[in-house]
Amino acid sequence: MNAHSHDLQVPVEVHARTPPPPLAPITQTGRLILRQRLSPGTPARYGILLGPALLLLYWSVLSITGFLDPRILPAPWTAVGTSIELIREGRLQTNLAVSTWRAMSGLGIGVLVGAGLALLSGLSLLGGYVIDGLVQIKRGIPILALIPFMILWLGIGEAMKITLIATAVFFPVYINTHNALRAIDIRHVELAETLGLSRWQFLRRVVVPGSLPGFLTGLRFGVTSSWLALVVVEQLNATSGIGYMVTLARNYAQTDIMLVGLVVYALLGFGSDALVRHLETRLLGWRRTLGK
Amino acid sequence: MSARSAPPAVQVRGLVRTFTLKGVLNGIDLDIAPGEFVALLGRSGSGKSTLLRALAGIDHEADGVGEIVLPERQSVIFQDARLLPWMRVLDNVVLGLAGNDVRERGRTALAEVGLSGRERAWPHELSGGEQQRVALARALVREPKLLLADEPFGALDALTRIQMHTLLRRLSDLHDPAVLLVTHDIDEAIVLADRIVLLDQGRLAADLRVELPSAGPARQDRIAGLRRDLHRLLGVEDAPAEHRDHAAVVTTLRGQS
Ligand SMILES: Nc1ncnc2c1ncn2[C@@H]1O[C@H](COP(=O)(O)OP(=O)(O)OP(=O)(O)O)[C@@H](O)[C@H]1O
Ligand SMILES: [Mg+2]
Repeated sequence: MNAHSHDLQVPVEVHARTPPPPLAPITQTGRLILRQRLSPGTPARYGILLGPALLLLYWSVLSITGFLDPRILPAPWTAVGTSIELIREGRLQTNLAVSTWRAMSGLGIGVLVGAGLALLSGLSLLGGYVIDGLVQIKRGIPILALIPFMILWLGIGEAMKITLIATAVFFPVYINTHNALRAIDIRHVELAETLGLSRWQFLRRVVVPGSLPGFLTGLRFGVTSSWLALVVVEQLNATSGIGYMVTLARNYAQTDIMLVGLVVYALLGFGSDALVRHLETRLLGWRRTLGK
Repeated sequence: MSARSAPPAVQVRGLVRTFTLKGVLNGIDLDIAPGEFVALLGRSGSGKSTLLRALAGIDHEADGVGEIVLPERQSVIFQDARLLPWMRVLDNVVLGLAGNDVRERGRTALAEVGLSGRERAWPHELSGGEQQRVALARALVREPKLLLADEPFGALDALTRIQMHTLLRRLSDLHDPAVLLVTHDIDEAIVLADRIVLLDQGRLAADLRVELPSAGPARQDRIAGLRRDLHRLLGVEDAPAEHRDHAAVVTTLRGQS
């Protein structure tokens, strides 16, 4: 019967009077088929550590069996011993603090400027013309190629280092946020218009949450870039920081300290990435995705 | 139906809308009385959505002239529920409202559409029909004097649609907004509306009062008569009741040509 005729009582007496045919018995010919699941399933809590653990195991085995010359790469436990020593001397903490401060300031500035300019250029035509054009041109120049100019303009002190890190962070944050802004569903914009949202409400309720996934992707890249830029600027000219520690150790062929520096960079990178990912799951709880 | 003395809630005069080189509406005049339920029928591509979007004020991409007088408080319901996926159901309902009792009002509205207890759900946790009921609550909590709806039930299954008809009729009687409902379902228009207008070639080609008797064979006769008229106006040969599904197909096919 037609779907919409609930109020229309179309005559159907012919069919209604006929007794229904006896139902054929249901035969159980096959078992219930559960469809193959294409999403990989719910991940275990610390499952992400499996890969690093395997690498550590491999490295240990190579060191124990003597395949790995300690002058090339010391054993993991040597690195642990050296770090304990460095901590006792206080060198690791102070250098780590300096490096973290540099990376975080650069990251903070880069994220603020990147997200801010992305909003400006995504939400106003003029902003788009001016800012986006510049960014696209600048995108072609590798950040590291800017170092000579940065040194010329800002000297070789902290200002140059932090500016370079901020610049490295700016691009991924800007580009991903800007893309996300442009991809905001026009239907949500129309909804905001019909609900009579103010510009501010529109920004807060539609634009920011709508572009948040893109922003967080940019943030993750930005965090990675910040450590990368940090390593570079600390090798350039520094009197403190993890990079300085490593450069110094290289001069004296102290591979164990060099290794500690490397591990610290790895931990910092891994830790900050985990932090951003944690932020992602917290902030994007409303999403239904394959990764859940 | 008695002639209403109040000034119309909606007054449209000489409305013209064109998209680059393509005229869609060319001179629409339409009055809708306060509390009146008007269904807008027309073939696919006849400009129903264009008219509704003009009234809703979201047709930025169209050119045109004309005069539109509307009540200040109006709500729009779209074919999709259009809930913001990052907000919980209640936040979606009260989005953009100010005042300290809005959440209470939002809860009441959700209760009216039968969704008490789902205030804290995410939109994706609701079925399509439930999402559309949230959209209805979001529209009604604003106490609109005009409700604009563009095929709000088009994406729902038949049974849910019937339930939504009953709900919409009940709530529009309760809150009494003027309603303009775009649909291409003739029966939906007959069952729900006080009045049916038909859009064709950029103009309102027909304007019928439904005036259904409340029950009995007279009601069935009236429904059959209206359906016949509308089929003729839409250029569909009148099909016997059993074949109305085919008729619907014919309507669509013709509309696309
Ligand atoms: N943004 C646009 N740009 C160009 N043409 C448009 C635009 N929107 C609609 N049109 C054209 O205007 C005409 C009317 O479209 P409209 O969406 O109003 O039809 P409709 O009556 O709602 O159809 P349907 O029943 O299929 O929803 C169509 O021919 C369509 O191609
Ligand atoms: Mg339409």
